[in-house]
Amino acid sequence: MESTAHAFKDNVTTALHDANLQQALGKVRQGFIVKRREAADRLPEFEALRDQARDIKNHTLAHLDFYLEAYEKKVTEQGGQVHWAATAEEARDKIVDICRAADAKVVTKGKSMIAEEIALNAHLEEAGLDVVETDLGEYIIQLRHEPPSHIIAPAVHVTKKQVEADFRQYHADLPPERHLDEPWELVNEARQVLRQRYFQADVGITGANFLVAETGSSIIVTNEGNGDLTQILPKVHIVITSIEKVVPNLDDAMAILRVLARSATGQEFSTYTTLSTGPKRAEDLDGPEAYHVILLDNGRSGMLGGDFADMLRCIRCGACINHCPVYHAVGGHAYGWVYPGPMGSVLTPNLIGVEEAGHLPNASTFCGRCESVCPMRIPLPKMMRHWREREFERHLSPKAVRWGLSLWAFFARRPRLYGWATGMAMSLMAAVGRKNGFFERLPLAGGWTDHRAFPTPQGRTFRAQWAARQRQGEEPS
Amino acid sequence: MTCLVDLMRPSVGFAAVELLERAGCDVEVPLSQTCCGQPAYNSGDRAHAEAIARQVIEAFAGFDYVVAPSGSCAATIKHHYPQMFADDPDLTAKAEDLAARTFELVSFLTDVCGVTAVSSDYRGSVTYHDSCSGLREMGVQNQPRQLLASLDGVDLVEMEESDVCCGFGGTFCVKYPQISNKMVSEKAKRIESTGAELLLAGDLGCLMNMAGKLKRNGSAVQARHVAEVLANRLDDPAIAQPPSSAGQGEG
Repeated sequence: MESTAHAFKDNVTTALHDANLQQALGKVRQGFIVKRREAADRLPEFEALRDQARDIKNHTLAHLDFYLEAYEKKVTEQGGQVHWAATAEEARDKIVDICRAADAKVVTKGKSMIAEEIALNAHLEEAGLDVVETDLGEYIIQLRHEPPSHIIAPAVHVTKKQVEADFRQYHADLPPERHLDEPWELVNEARQVLRQRYFQADVGITGANFLVAETGSSIIVTNEGNGDLTQILPKVHIVITSIEKVVPNLDDAMAILRVLARSATGQEFSTYTTLSTGPKRAEDLDGPEAYHVILLDNGRSGMLGGDFADMLRCIRCGACINHCPVYHAVGGHAYGWVYPGPMGSVLTPNLIGVEEAGHLPNASTFCGRCESVCPMRIPLPKMMRHWREREFERHLSPKAVRWGLSLWAFFARRPRLYGWATGMAMSLMAAVGRKNGFFERLPLAGGWTDHRAFPTPQGRTFRAQWAARQRQGEEPS
Repeated sequence: MTCLVDLMRPSVGFAAVELLERAGCDVEVPLSQTCCGQPAYNSGDRAHAEAIARQVIEAFAGFDYVVAPSGSCAATIKHHYPQMFADDPDLTAKAEDLAARTFELVSFLTDVCGVTAVSSDYRGSVTYHDSCSGLREMGVQNQPRQLLASLDGVDLVEMEESDVCCGFGGTFCVKYPQISNKMVSEKAKRIESTGAELLLAGDLGCLMNMAGKLKRNGSAVQARHVAEVLANRLDDPAIAQPPSSAGQGEG
C-alpha cells in the first residue's frame, strides 16, 4: 500500500476532526483494555507464560535458518510447496502465477496483515481476479475501499451506522425494510452475501499466526470461522506469511497461543484455532488439491541480530495498539501505512525506511504502556528511541530541535553558567508573569500555549536559594 | 534536583528536602548537577545525553542515596544510564552503582526510610495522577496513596484511567501539539469528573501540562506536586495560580 507516513502530521489533523472516527475510537479505549486485564488476572501463570513465549521466539530467531528449512521440508513431504519471497513484489508475482495456473476467477481471503503489507488485493484485481475478503472487518473496509486501521480489528474506525449505510449501498439484494440496527443483524447480512462467495472461489488465501517446523503446519486464529471456509473449500489454498512466524513445535505454538488471545481480545482462546497441513490427502473428505506457502522476508532477515531484532518476536496481538494513548487519539490511518500504533512505529521504518516513516517513532510520549502489556515483552519504547538516534545521526530530525538541544546542552554542561543564565531567565519570567500565575502566550512556545497556559516560574531558582541557604546556614524564607 | 523543579517550582525541592530530613536523612544538593539529560536522550542525541550523564555520575559519586522528586528523572538515571554506557565497562560499573542508589522521592520515603505516615494541614479532596515513568519504570503506585491516606484531612478520589499518560512526554508536547492536546484534554475530563479540588502527581512536567490545560479550560481544580502536600508546604500558590490563591485549601 502507498505510504502517507511522511504526512503524519496532516493525517493527525484529519483524524482529530473526524467525528465518526473519534466516536469509534472510544470502543478501543474501553473494551479491549478491561478484557485483557481480566483475562490476565484469571490466569495465575500469565506473567510466567509471557517469559516462556519470549524465550521460545528468541530461541527460534537465533536458529531461524534451521527451523525454516525444517518447516519447508515438512510442508514438501506432505505435498505442499514453499515459495521463498525476498520482496513484496516477488510474493505478489508468485501468488498471481499460482492463481493463473489454477485458472482462477474468484479468490477468497482470510485476514492477513502480510497481504496488506504487499498490497495483494490491488495486485490481484489488476490481474483480473475477483477478490473477496471474508473476515467481517476486512469485508467492510474492502467495500469502503479503505486500508485496515488496526491489525486485529481492521474496521474498528467504522461506526455501526456507517456499516449499515455501506451494506445498503453495496448489497444489491438487500431489501430496504430489513433492520440493520443491531450488530447481529449486520453479521447475518454479511454472512448471507459471503456464503455464496465461498462456493464460487477457486483459490483461498489465508495468513498464518504460526508456522510449526515440527509438523509443517500453519495455524490461524479467527473468531468467525471464515478462515476455515476460505482454506477448505477452494481447490487451491495459499498461505501468505513471513519468515518470523515459525516456531519449533506444537507445544511452543500452544504456549504462545495461550498469551495471544488473552492479550488481543481478552479471550482465553480464539473461537477457531485452525491448523492446515498440506493439501487434501486420499482419506480426507475436504480440503484443497494444492497447498502453497509464500514465505516473505521483505527486510526481516536484515533485522536479525540488530537493534530491532526483538521486534521479530511480535505475534500481532494488537495489545500495544489497544493500550496506546496516541492511537486512542488519532486511530490507525494516521500512521500512514499497514501497521499502526507502537508496533508499527518500530516496524514500519524497518520495512519502508525511516526517511518515509520518521515521524512514527517520534510520536510517542514513551509512556511505556505498550511494553507493559506486550505478551512477548518487546521493548517498544527502547526501539523507538533507537530510531530517534538514527534520525539524529543522519540529520533527519528537525533543525529547530537539533539547534535547541545543542544550545540547552551547552548550558547544561556548564553548571555555573547554567545557574546564572537560568536564574536570570526565571527571575525575568516570574517578574512578568507573577500576577496571573501563568502565561497565555509565550514566544517560541506556541506548541505549548496554543493549547494550554504556561505556568509562571516561582522566581529564584532552587540552586540560587540553596546556595544562599548554604552560605547563610539558615532556612530560606 | 530535577531541572524543572529547580527552574519552575523550587518549593517542590524544599518540600522534598523537608520530607527527607524528617525521615532522618542528611540532605545535600550538589550544585554541579543541572539536568539528567533526558531531553537529549529521548531526542536521539546520544552524544549530549552521555556527556550530561557523565556529569551526573560524577556529581553524585559518594552519596548513599540519590533521590529525585520525579519518577521520570529517577528512571533515566536508574534504568537508562546503565544502557547508555553498555559499551564502556568502567562507566557501566559507575552507572550501575549510581542506579542502585537512585530512587524516586515518595517510594524512597516509604520503601527505604519506612515512613508510613506524614502530617499536613491540607483539608480537602484530591485526585492523584500516576505519571508514566514513575508508575512503569519505578513502581510508584501505592506509596503516594499510602502516605495520602495517613492524612486525616485528605479525601483521595480516584480518577478513571489514572495510569494513562497525560500527553506531556517531554518534547513530545511541542513536537506533536495536537496529539498532546487531545491526550491532556481527555485527562482534564477525567480529573474534573472526580470533583476533587486538587490534582496531585509526582512529576512536575506532567503537572505543568495538566495544570496548564485545566487553567485554559477555566477549571477551578488546582494542581500541586504530591510532595508539597505531604510536606505541608502550601504557602506558595498552586501551579499556574496567581499569588492571591496562596494558602487556598488549607481549611
